[in-house]
Amino acid sequence: MQTKKIKWTRILLEAAFLVVLFSLVQYSISTHMLSQYYQINLTSMCINIILAVSLSLINGFTGQLSLGHAGFMAVGAYTAVIMTTKLDYPFLAALVGALFAAGLAGFVIGVPTLRLKGDYLAIATLALGEIIRVVLQNIDYVNGPAGISGIPKLTTWAWLFGGVVLTLLVVVNLVNSSYGRAIISVREDEIAAELMGINTTKYKVLAFVIGAGFAGLAGALYGHYFYIIKPETFNFLKSFDILVMVVLGGLGSTTGAVIAAIFITILTAALQPFPEIRMIIYALILIVVMIYRPQGLMGNKEFSRQTLGRIWGGRQ
Amino acid sequence: MTMLTINKLHKAFGGLSAVMNFNFQMEQDELVGLIGPNGAGKTTVFNLITGVYKPDQGQIIFEGQNLVGMAPYSICAQGVARTFQNIRLFNELSVLDNVKIACHKNVQYSVLGALMRTPAFFKGEAKIEQDALKFLEVFKLENKRDELAKNLPYGEQRRLEISRALATQPRLLILDEPAAGMNPQETNSLMKLIEMIRREFGLAVLLIEHDMSLVMGVCERIYVLDYGLIIAKGLPQEIRNYTQVIEAYLGEELN
Repeated sequence: MQTKKIKWTRILLEAAFLVVLFSLVQYSISTHMLSQYYQINLTSMCINIILAVSLSLINGFTGQLSLGHAGFMAVGAYTAVIMTTKLDYPFLAALVGALFAAGLAGFVIGVPTLRLKGDYLAIATLALGEIIRVVLQNIDYVNGPAGISGIPKLTTWAWLFGGVVLTLLVVVNLVNSSYGRAIISVREDEIAAELMGINTTKYKVLAFVIGAGFAGLAGALYGHYFYIIKPETFNFLKSFDILVMVVLGGLGSTTGAVIAAIFITILTAALQPFPEIRMIIYALILIVVMIYRPQGLMGNKEFSRQTLGRIWGGRQ
Repeated sequence: MTMLTINKLHKAFGGLSAVMNFNFQMEQDELVGLIGPNGAGKTTVFNLITGVYKPDQGQIIFEGQNLVGMAPYSICAQGVARTFQNIRLFNELSVLDNVKIACHKNVQYSVLGALMRTPAFFKGEAKIEQDALKFLEVFKLENKRDELAKNLPYGEQRRLEISRALATQPRLLILDEPAAGMNPQETNSLMKLIEMIRREFGLAVLLIEHDMSLVMGVCERIYVLDYGLIIAKGLPQEIRNYTQVIEAYLGEELN
């Protein structure tokens, strides 16, 4: 009874925290306290969090080196934009459509490629991500290389916030379950996992599909904020950007992925005024972090209520 | 009743025949040893039974089912579990999680249940935890539950590996050199442990071991393998006196 009460208090407190966070930002946007510049960066930050957390499920928890995440983002972006601009679906339906279309693409690509390991899988996913981009470049229906422009700005703070919360909820709840342990066992030792009764192919595909689906969601949110989408936006450099966030945060840490996504977004924004040395400083910071924290900012640890409690009260 | 029958098993790696014409039978509840010099093909036999390798020829019948061609995880689901010669734990995970992963095949909630945190999820998780702890207690590892597997001392890692294999609830347990790297006292207590789990869980045990005191002490029957061929089989006292076995493996005493 007592523990149940504590559990509910905790859930209520967390919900209250989310509501307060959401309302504060919403208030500062409505009253124009947050300038256009900060709003754009906030949007990038949320999209980067969704991308990093979804890729960390594949790269960090399942241990499968995927370099095609931008491809899934493209599938989601194009699906959602076609649904809203050409087929007149409501935005919510377009977001769900993007999630499922990218998940389906993840399934179609994942089933054949996830037999490969390590470097081979990386090359295959890199190639397939590029194939998605090149195919989009050659479809007249979506204006080929010019892309689709004039997309209505439907992505609001509420959708971004909802997207981030949903992504985190799904990834965290999945990872902290028996299915999550099965997924992690694939990373730890695939042969031992298989011999302990884990259908490793199934769980690799599961993680790949969920990760790809949320990349699609991020793509849909992206398309409906930045007015234009074109295939070039989703090239392999975008996949590397996401990978950098995951590795920087620490493979196997969701909080690490979130922190790194926030960090990289702020860093990119802060270096905007120095275009000629921007990439040099960016690279130097990454190198320094990787030298002093080779396991990433968070390693495979999570920053949780318990950690907070320890810092706060000096006890668990 | 016959539990495991292997007929004419053959496996070659390139030009090297690792296992040739391997015939083998094992009864329910039996404890059988497989011995032989290094490179004789013992571990290959284990890898063939558990599906890590596909045999070139032959049949592996376990409780009436042919295991040849099955994926390792479905062989595990049939009731065969194993440990490894070089310990293969999930190093970065806790002792408890190592065993919980082996309990996954009986998970009682769906992926959706996990995502939604349904009551079935909490009930299922509680059951997995309870089961996993039960297996840790058998091996007196319950107070190490939160330690990372890689931080355990060697002997405890070996024990954790056996308890993880047991958590898949096998009817045949395959142990690949369980006493490797253990001192005589540890080997002795391992011997008692093997006898105990066999009684307690009603399992058949097949083991590879180089420690002759363990093999002769616990095994009811022994197969001797050399260069991929069975050179002898029988009771421990018979095996001890085969000249071929002495030449190939046991060696003669110096006079």
